[in-house]
Amino acid sequence: MIVEAGHFALILAFALSLAQASAPLIGARRGDRALMAVGTSAALGQFVLVALAFAALAWAHLASDFSVLNVAENSHSAAPAIYKFSGVWGNHEGSMLLWTLILAVFGAVVAGFGRALPARLRADALAVQGLISAAFLAFILLTSNPFERLSPAPFEGRDLNPILQDPGLAIHPPLLYLGYVGFSIVFSFAAAALIEGRIDAAWARFVRPFALIAWCFLTLGIAVGSYWAYYTLGWGGFWFWDPVENASLMPWLAGTAFIHSAAVMEKRDALKVWTIFLAILVFSFSLLGTFLVRSGVLTSVHAFASDPRRGVFILVILAAFIAGPLALFAWRAPMLRQGGLFAPISREGALVLNNLLLTTVCAIVFFGTLYPLALEQATGEKITVGAPFFNLTAGVLMMAIAFATPFGFSLAWKRGDLLGVAQRLTVAFAGGLVVLVGLVAFVRGGPVLAPIAAALAVFVMLGTLSEVASRAWRRGASLGVTLSRLVGLPLSFWGGGLAHFGAGLALLGLASTGFGAETIATMKAGATQTVGPYEITLDSLAGRTGPNYRETVGEMTIRKDGVVVATVEPARRLFATRQMATTQAGIVTLRFGQVYTAIGDPGDDGAVAARLYWKPLVTLIWLGAVVMALGGALSLADRRLRFGAPAPARSAAAAAARGAG
Amino acid sequence: MARLRALLAFGFLLVAAAAGAVQPDEVMKDPALEARARDLSAELRCLVCQNQSIDDSDAPLARDIRLMIRARIGEGESNDAVRAFLVSRYGAFILLKPPFELSTALLWLSGPLTLALGALGVYFARRRAPAAPPPLTAEEEKRLAEVARD
Repeated sequence: MIVEAGHFALILAFALSLAQASAPLIGARRGDRALMAVGTSAALGQFVLVALAFAALAWAHLASDFSVLNVAENSHSAAPAIYKFSGVWGNHEGSMLLWTLILAVFGAVVAGFGRALPARLRADALAVQGLISAAFLAFILLTSNPFERLSPAPFEGRDLNPILQDPGLAIHPPLLYLGYVGFSIVFSFAAAALIEGRIDAAWARFVRPFALIAWCFLTLGIAVGSYWAYYTLGWGGFWFWDPVENASLMPWLAGTAFIHSAAVMEKRDALKVWTIFLAILVFSFSLLGTFLVRSGVLTSVHAFASDPRRGVFILVILAAFIAGPLALFAWRAPMLRQGGLFAPISREGALVLNNLLLTTVCAIVFFGTLYPLALEQATGEKITVGAPFFNLTAGVLMMAIAFATPFGFSLAWKRGDLLGVAQRLTVAFAGGLVVLVGLVAFVRGGPVLAPIAAALAVFVMLGTLSEVASRAWRRGASLGVTLSRLVGLPLSFWGGGLAHFGAGLALLGLASTGFGAETIATMKAGATQTVGPYEITLDSLAGRTGPNYRETVGEMTIRKDGVVVATVEPARRLFATRQMATTQAGIVTLRFGQVYTAIGDPGDDGAVAARLYWKPLVTLIWLGAVVMALGGALSLADRRLRFGAPAPARSAAAAAARGAG
Repeated sequence: MARLRALLAFGFLLVAAAAGAVQPDEVMKDPALEARARDLSAELRCLVCQNQSIDDSDAPLARDIRLMIRARIGEGESNDAVRAFLVSRYGAFILLKPPFELSTALLWLSGPLTLALGALGVYFARRRAPAAPPPLTAEEEKRLAEVARD
């Protein structure tokens, strides 16, 4: 009954989304307030209904109701509650429902808290949001119904894929979807602005919080996914340039570009047309990612062709939601008035460069991901585009971006003084140079690019710090004055600084992978192997039984110069229901580096193949991402820029006078 | 690779591979040769997997190719020779970094072309933008200085 109620709620939500997509749009054209208000109530109602549908599916999973096909295929009565719950979105149908739920959440936020927005803009944006909801609800109801029943019901479920039985599944998809779908609001506002035919700096203020929230979640989502892959795979890889990963990287790159160009639009009323274009682009990449992952086109073109229903449906959604706004854009863009003059050497100029480079990286990832598919379809020729290609092309450009970052962060708006900035960055530059020379001189081996990347990372971090210092410190100023100036710097400036510093940290972590150590050996109990500065002893191998698996655990002791520093328990798990094995890496964090251990299946002689790694500073990769997201959150907390906050003229002017970043 | 396919069908940011790509019994005695073999392996695709290098894959075919590479390196073949042999046997599909050819030109040039297009766009946007007001004349500068002093 509950399941049917959920299904019914979803159908009602679809009907409401159709009302949301049409009434406010007509109302805005006719100036009919009552019709425009339909958008608000419909968005809130739709949220409640989709939440009910999601709750119904979650209940079915938690109660192990195997008469529901989705539960029978993806759950097991013996599974721990957390995996029963995260199993709701550990499958195609449920994950699409989560996607729509988050879409509805964002729509409800605009409806509930957007009272300070211009009424017509809000009505139009809610209508576009309703249209997206309608498309995806139709997709779920017609091709991916999670509420389908199974008769007769089986006694036991087929269990969730063992690889997905991990806390990572509970965190990663929701974060990633909050990021993907959060950009739908930016998209809807862009479409609304194009429908209205009017865009100004205020528009950038409205969408700023949403873009920042989405960006923070996307950053965290990618980082969590990367760390999940890292500890699951058993050899410490964390990024593979797999199409599925690229699908999330493209909206991140475009979203990062958007945040920067929206800043120019907000402060200086320039780059308006480009910012609107980016707003459409970011969400298009989110949709593209959804298509790539959900249609099965990546797994094999043939699988896609044999059951094309879902793929074609998403492809139609994708085409409509990209082509529609782009057509609108082509029609309206020439009418938009450009404003805000600036010299090439200025904060604006630097941000244009930032956008140019980020967009280029995005284009490379786009081509690299889709080119093999397109080429095979067109000529039948099969090629592979993998990590070596991306590391070479996108990697080099990312380094160029890193080099330019401190300059952009330090340049003044309108007209900057490149020489002055270069002088202020001397310390940072020297710091980077010391790292480069030191690494080249004292560390043998490793990839050529690693020392350069490490030097750039140090340059970015020191450069950011020196800009913060130069904002607060004046020659002859006392410590108290400097401190109070530091505290007085706007939060959005601190946010930007923190985000850049985080990017530097992440880059340092990436560069450090070039200086790790690896030992692959067959080990029996009692054997010792050396990896990097550590000696690792396999003390024993033992069998253990978990709720729905059996595992072989290797007890390992890590010593440095004979002194015990840690113990780890790498394991190999066998899940009986699906006859699948997973690797549980034994990881210990020592300062910012990690010792990473993994074992294979034990052989007849009681020996296992062991992989031991020393990964210096590796945690900085993900810590850096967390710091970046914190920076975004700090910027979000800036009182002046809160969503829908009325702008007091005086404080805004004062902030502008301070030259707020 | 059933595991990988299961993951992709579910499909988030995760690729699955088993622990156990390079096995201890495969490792060559000479560390320099082994390092070459590893570098080479990282450039080659596991033909039966989804976007994995043979260095990361536990598929039997990947192991066969790893052993083949090591045998050839052990016999003194250069990296290029081993690569050329594998391409002649399995096609350019095996290379994770596709060669620059007519059919891959657009792929390789996607970066430079986007950059060039973007730079052109910036150039024309600046030309189309209203011209900056002319610089102040000497007289105006003087008046400005006077006003500023007051």
